[in-house]
Amino acid sequence: MRINSNIVVAAPIESVWAIVTDPERVLSYMSGVTRWEVVGDAPTGLGARYRMLFRIGAAEVGGLIEVVEFTEPTELAWTSVTGLDQRGRWRLREAPGGRTRVELRLAYGVAGAGPSGWIAERIAAPSVSRHVRQTLHQLGRLVEQEQLRERAAARRRATAGS
Amino acid sequence: MAQADTTRSARRNGYEPVAGVSPPETSRSRSQSLLDRAWRELSGLVQRRIPSADLDERDPDYIREQLPLFWLFSSVWFRGEVRGLGNIPDEGPVLLVGNHSGGNMLPDTMVFTVAFSTYFGVERAFYQLAHNLVLSLPGLSWLRKFGTVAASPDNARQALSSGAALLVYPGGDYEVHRPSWQSSRVDFGGRKGFIRLALEQDVPIVPVVAIGGQETALFLTRGERLARLLALDRVLRLKVLPISLSLPWIVNVGDFGHIPLPAKITIETLPAIDLRAEFGPDPDVDDVYDHLMRLMQDALDALAAERRFPVLG
Repeated sequence: MRINSNIVVAAPIESVWAIVTDPERVLSYMSGVTRWEVVGDAPTGLGARYRMLFRIGAAEVGGLIEVVEFTEPTELAWTSVTGLDQRGRWRLREAPGGRTRVELRLAYGVAGAGPSGWIAERIAAPSVSRHVRQTLHQLGRLVEQEQLRERAAARRRATAGS
Repeated sequence: MAQADTTRSARRNGYEPVAGVSPPETSRSRSQSLLDRAWRELSGLVQRRIPSADLDERDPDYIREQLPLFWLFSSVWFRGEVRGLGNIPDEGPVLLVGNHSGGNMLPDTMVFTVAFSTYFGVERAFYQLAHNLVLSLPGLSWLRKFGTVAASPDNARQALSSGAALLVYPGGDYEVHRPSWQSSRVDFGGRKGFIRLALEQDVPIVPVVAIGGQETALFLTRGERLARLLALDRVLRLKVLPISLSLPWIVNVGDFGHIPLPAKITIETLPAIDLRAEFGPDPDVDDVYDHLMRLMQDALDALAAERRFPVLG
């Protein structure tokens, strides 16, 4: 099953990139995610591994995932190593007016699960889709609030300096 | 050879073989000895069907492929909710001790097994002890691939010493068939073997408290007297012959399966207990039992207080 959604955020692409590549901040904007732990030495970048869980229905599903594409500051893709089969991607593009178009793609399923897997994927889809939209919404708010705070801090520094 | 295998398997699964013992006939009537013989035959038949426990029968790939199906039952039918799985140590052997509900359809076991397997991944070895009779029923061999093994101290020891997580329901058939109005009561019937097991293997105990299973049918009575009358305790190791109102039978005696009502199942995993750290180097089994009963009953009371309606949750 494939889910994707996008949003335009009023912030430069580097600010959005800084947040989506920081494992410590995932829990603050990714809706439905209950665990996102760094596994191994590299906290971010190509080959970084995370143990993640996502609450859906009566269970928390997920497993070990690995970053398989890391092109600064536009593409971040991961794929599952254990657990639920999944592939996810952050796709960032510059938009007019210093803004950023953010797309989140998620493909998931269980290979070999047969008809019950097919049904389960579809039953879970509305909920996953809601979480994806909510994630983008929360990410947008987080980045924009950070922008506001930075601008306010810059203004305070300017007035203090003058 | 086959006979030897059966005997060995039966012993490992906690049975003392009864074949070959002929009781003196002098004090018994002829019909009684016939009945006894019939029971012994049946008992032998059941014993032959009990698979010898082999931990290797657990099949992670099979579990992984079945998880979507059980996730569906668990999420859509039972609206399962499992809390506190983070309380289970991330690795190493652990004894999960649950209160048992829902008759022979074991809804709480399914909800918990799905949650455990997705949370820790199918790669983490996880076994469940089940009544011998459950494992010998035709059509349930897939349970063994899920890691279900016949309940016996030997199998439990084997599972824990292999470093696996092991789920036991000390209350067993006694607790699972308690009347529906005792839904929010933890009742192990005084069975304490699991504590000795945890001490012997030096593994932490994690209490797993569940509610909702007893609302999947209207359980009326355990039928203990009926079970004794029919000598089921001696032959099938069954202390009970439960009677319930359930679908599709309406009146269900013995509970060889029914369609469970879609009652909401809520399960709470409590913090792990390191027995020697909490009770000293040589803990008293009764003290541990009382403590555990209090903990689990308190948690179950809290879960019961959350429920507004039966079945709906």
